Amino acid sequence: MKLPAPFAPDLQADRVVPPSGAAARLTGLVAAAMAFLAVFALALSLAAGRLADRWSEALARTATVRISAPDDQMALQTAAVLAVLATTPGIAEARALSVEEQRVLLAPWFGPDLPVEALPLPQLIEVTETGSGYDGEGLRLRLAAEAPGAVLDDHTRWRKPLVQAAARLRSLGWVSLSLIGVVVAAMITLAANAALAANAQVIRVLRLVGARDSYIARAFVRRFTVRAFWGAVTGTLAGMIGVALLPRADAAGGFLTGLGFQGLGWFVPLLLPLLAGAVAFIATRTAALAKLRELT
Amino acid sequence: MVRGKAQKGSGGMIAFDSVAYNYGGGELLSEVSLRLAPGSFHFLTGPSGSGKSTFLKLCYAELLPTSGRVTLFDREVRGLSRDDVALARRRIGVVHQDCQFLDHLPLAANVTLPLTVAGRMGPAQDLTDLLGWVGLGPLAGALPPSLSGGERQRAALARAVIMGPDVILADEPTGNVDWEMSLRLLTLLVELNRMGKTILVATHDLNLIRQAKAQVAARVLRISKRRVQLAGADL
Repeated sequence: MKLPAPFAPDLQADRVVPPSGAAARLTGLVAAAMAFLAVFALALSLAAGRLADRWSEALARTATVRISAPDDQMALQTAAVLAVLATTPGIAEARALSVEEQRVLLAPWFGPDLPVEALPLPQLIEVTETGSGYDGEGLRLRLAAEAPGAVLDDHTRWRKPLVQAAARLRSLGWVSLSLIGVVVAAMITLAANAALAANAQVIRVLRLVGARDSYIARAFVRRFTVRAFWGAVTGTLAGMIGVALLPRADAAGGFLTGLGFQGLGWFVPLLLPLLAGAVAFIATRTAALAKLRELT
Repeated sequence: MVRGKAQKGSGGMIAFDSVAYNYGGGELLSEVSLRLAPGSFHFLTGPSGSGKSTFLKLCYAELLPTSGRVTLFDREVRGLSRDDVALARRRIGVVHQDCQFLDHLPLAANVTLPLTVAGRMGPAQDLTDLLGWVGLGPLAGALPPSLSGGERQRAALARAVIMGPDVILADEPTGNVDWEMSLRLLTLLVELNRMGKTILVATHDLNLIRQAKAQVAARVLRISKRRVQLAGADL
C-alpha cells in the first residue's frame, strides 16, 4: 500500500534538513492539546444537536389544556374539554392530570406537603397529538365554545427559545472547532516559519546546488504534517477517553445529560487527526513556499 | 566586449549584455558585456570589494542585474522561474570562498548533495573515484566542521563537479589555503577544463594566475572602475 505523499517517507529529502528543533516538537504538543479540546467541542456540538432535535420533536407533539373555573363548574368543564379533544382529529390521547400528579409537578417549587386540594389550582389536561397534528386555531374556538375557562397551550411560546438555545449551542460547538482549526494552522505556520528561518543556511546551500523549492518544502512539510497527525491522534484518544468517563445520561439526569458520543458518533472524532494532518500540510506548505521565496 | 574562446553554441554558456548592478549605495558593475564560451578558462581579478563575488552571483542567478541582460544557456535569467533557476544551477558547479556545507551530513553526503536534490544517484564507485581524485577518500565519513580549509575547498570542488556541470565557477578557491594546496586546486581546475568544462575563477592571487597561464590558455578579466576588461600581458 502506498502512503499519502505527506506520510510517505522520503529519506533523502528528510536527511538534508537537520533533525527537528523545538518548533517541530511543539507542533506535536499543540496538535495534541487542540485535538483534545476539539473532541470536547465536537461532543458538545453533537450533544447540543441531539438535544435540539429531541426538544423540538418531543415538545412539538404535546400540548396542555388549562381549565380555570369555579369549583362547582370544574368537573363539568373538564368533561366537556375531554369530550371535545376526543372528537378532534389529530389528537392521539387526552388525559386529565390527577391531584397526585399535580402535586408532583409543583413539588420542586412548594415542597412535597403542599395541600393541592385546598388551593384554587387549574385543572391540567395533557394532550398528545398524532404524527399528522391537529388544527390549533380550530381547537381553540371549539374549547372557547364548550368550556369558557379552558386555555390551550401548545408550548410554542417556550419551546422555541429552548430549541433556539440548543441550536446556538450546537453552532458554538462548530465555531469552537473552526477556531481550534485556525489556531492549529496559525501555530504550525509560526513553527514552520521558525524552523525555516533557523535553517536558512541549509536552504541556501540546497538552492545553490540546484534543489527546487518543492524538494526543500517537502522535507519540512512532511515533518510537520507527521508530527501534527500523531499529536492529534494522542490528543483525540485522550479526549475520547475523557468523554467516555463523563457521567452517563440516565445517572446524571441534569442539563448536561447525554454530553458525549452515541453509536456511530464515536467514529466522528477519529476524523480529527486527519483534519489536523491536512491543516498542517496546507499551513506548512504555504509557509514554506513563501519563506523560501523570501530567503533565497 | 570581452569574448572567450570561439563559441560552439549560439550564445555561449553565460552571457552578459550591458549589465549593471547597483547595491543601493551606488553602481558596483556597469556596462558589462561578455560571453563565456564553452570550454573556456577565465580568471576574474580585481581589488577586494570590486565586485568579483557579485559578478559570480550574477552568473548563477543568485542576483539579478539592475539593468542589462544576463543569459544562462541561451535563456535570460529574468524570464526564468525559480524551478528554471534550480535546473540551470545543476549545470553550474559553484565553489564558494566559505565552502558552505550541511554540517550535520558527512562529507560523502555533502559531495553527493547535487545528485540527491536532483533525484539521481550515481554508482558508489564514482563517488569513491571522485573523492580519491580530490584526495579526500579517507575522509568520506567525516563531518564538515572537522575538515581543514584545504579539505573543505577540495570537497567543495568535488561537490561542484559531481553533476558533470558545463560551467564551474570558483570564488577565491585558494583564499584560505597555502600555496601548495592552491597549486593542487589549480591542477584540478585545469584538469576539468581539459575535460571540456568552462571555468571561471575569481581570485586576487596573481601568482596563481601566472602559474595557470603556464598550463592552460586562460584569459584574465579584470574589474576596474566598475567595468570588466580583458587584462593585458602584464600579468
